[in-house]
Amino acid sequence: MSQQLIDAITDMREEDALKITNQMLDSGESPLAVLEACRQAMDVIGKRFEAGDCFIPELILAGEMLNQISTEIKPRLQQDVTQAKLGKVILGTVEGDIHDIAKDIVGFMLDINGFDVTDLGVDVPPARFVEAARNTGAKVVGLSGFLTLAYDPMKATVAALKAAGLNDVKVMIGGGQIDDQIRQYTGADAYGKDAMAAVALARQWTGV
Amino acid sequence: MLTDNWKNLTPDEKFEARFNDWNAAPGMQFATPEGERLYHERVQMIKDVVQVKKPVRVPVCPNIGFYPFAYAGVTAEEAMYDFDKLGSALKKYHADFLPDSLASSPIYGTGKLFEILDYKLYRWPGHGVPAKTPYQCIEAEYMRADEYDQFIADPSNFFLRTYLPRIFGALTPWQMLAPLTDILELPFIGGFMVPVGIPPVQESFQKLIEAGQHAMEWIQTCLAIDGATISTLGIPPLIGGFTKAPFDTLGDTLRGTRAIMLDMFRQPHKLLAALDRLVPLAIDMGVRSTTGNHNPIAFIPLHKGADGFMSNKDFKNFYWPTLKAVILGLIEQGVVPYMFVEGGYNQRLDIIADPDIPKGKTIWIFDQTDMKEVKKRFTGWACFGGNVPVSLLKAATVEQVQNHVRCLLDDVAYDGGYILSTGAVLDDARPENLHAMIDTGKQFGKY
Repeated sequence: MSQQLIDAITDMREEDALKITNQMLDSGESPLAVLEACRQAMDVIGKRFEAGDCFIPELILAGEMLNQISTEIKPRLQQDVTQAKLGKVILGTVEGDIHDIAKDIVGFMLDINGFDVTDLGVDVPPARFVEAARNTGAKVVGLSGFLTLAYDPMKATVAALKAAGLNDVKVMIGGGQIDDQIRQYTGADAYGKDAMAAVALARQWTGV
Repeated sequence: MLTDNWKNLTPDEKFEARFNDWNAAPGMQFATPEGERLYHERVQMIKDVVQVKKPVRVPVCPNIGFYPFAYAGVTAEEAMYDFDKLGSALKKYHADFLPDSLASSPIYGTGKLFEILDYKLYRWPGHGVPAKTPYQCIEAEYMRADEYDQFIADPSNFFLRTYLPRIFGALTPWQMLAPLTDILELPFIGGFMVPVGIPPVQESFQKLIEAGQHAMEWIQTCLAIDGATISTLGIPPLIGGFTKAPFDTLGDTLRGTRAIMLDMFRQPHKLLAALDRLVPLAIDMGVRSTTGNHNPIAFIPLHKGADGFMSNKDFKNFYWPTLKAVILGLIEQGVVPYMFVEGGYNQRLDIIADPDIPKGKTIWIFDQTDMKEVKKRFTGWACFGGNVPVSLLKAATVEQVQNHVRCLLDDVAYDGGYILSTGAVLDDARPENLHAMIDTGKQFGKY
């Protein structure tokens, strides 16, 4: 049944995915088996997204399915499932910018791929990124921003992290009008064109 | 309409009539003969490129957001609240840069109006975002998943009694109104008017009166600001009217991005029905606004169909058919749809280069899209342009900007039908870079 669940999720069959989850649980299968099927399904989806075979709507529906499945299995978990996390990532949309869709998708993909994500939300001043990096010990910071209004706040955030002595923290930037020109302008370590690029960068920088 | 025999005119004749009206600039008193000459020259340049001909030179029409204010040392907040500063900044921008198209003053909006109406859908400078930041939309589900039937049955009723009360705090009491279509016979009128007598509803109409009075004051100011630029510098607005792709109407400010993407899976038939319902409304908005402004060009920003936002299959199923219907409906009325194609469209080019769309009737400004690939499909069919990245204008050197523009002109502008423009809306740039873009375009864009 695990394979059926994987197939339902990767085929974007939401009702089937929930039905099979309940069937698995009712038939005595462990919630961990359900979680593992979800993880494998997301692996497939992530690869398809990278290959250009699925797109943001599929990621969003996958997120919805996983949320609903989590809600089903949470009460049935015997103990806390502490999946070993690959590393910590701070994420946020920069100061003055309230766009969040891209950031949320990146956060979701990072989380699914095993990263411990601290999402600071939108309109985040540089000082809050610095504080979060200090408090969590995260070595990866992701800055999201849309249009030209994000450029100077991204630059200010990179500068603030350096000024705070957090030189071993790597910064990736992404968003609608972000490219290598802006990576250079802001002093960021890398820019990502999409959520899977963010995952690849996070993996690279945490030595996975 | 524009002429007495409007109903008998063909689409081509309507197109000509609209361009003649735009060229005639009814009511405009040009300040100088040179201003008038430049105005007619620019209108002709635009008409030539729309008809995929060679104009006297490539029109240089950067897509300008809040940049004029940063340039003039005015904050975005001041632009939205201080009409004097709005006017002086736009005057300085146009005089210093001399683009071929106007940065129209109404697009910045007036913050006071949004305060009177208690607008919840956006944050604007001084109200939720910093003073120097442009206004931004707050993504949310302003139309719920279970409201498709209501919307499809009667969009105006949905707007009047459900949607507008949700997005304007001042109009929340309009939920208490009955549908306008109740007003059928003498005995029904009293009943309809009863809710209008309830104090909160009365108060909402007071707010509306206040909003209308302020809007009148604002539009007179905008007409004066824009009129001064047009009459002295001969810079016409590229945009006459406005409409949207039905998928963006639903996805931007009704359902929201996440929700409409889920609707594609969860309720595709209702989504498609709602999109179809919007087509005549979108065509009407484009026709009315261009006619009213005496300018044939209807701006259509394309948002949710960009590369990555959905598969080509979903684009062909959900996004394209109703956008195409709107485009064709506008062309039928002599209007020129101007698609501002935001995000990459590299995967979509074979779909949008649709032979059903008549030649020489549309404008497409691109962003992050391979212009040579665009050219292959658009040559001799449609006017296109764009793709000077805003990142270049903010962060590159003057030489890099000059080279980029020269390459664009050499690669894709050589046989006309081309507009030099930015790929996205410009809120921030180095002035020397914007000068480099405009000057290089004018110098090397001559035919």
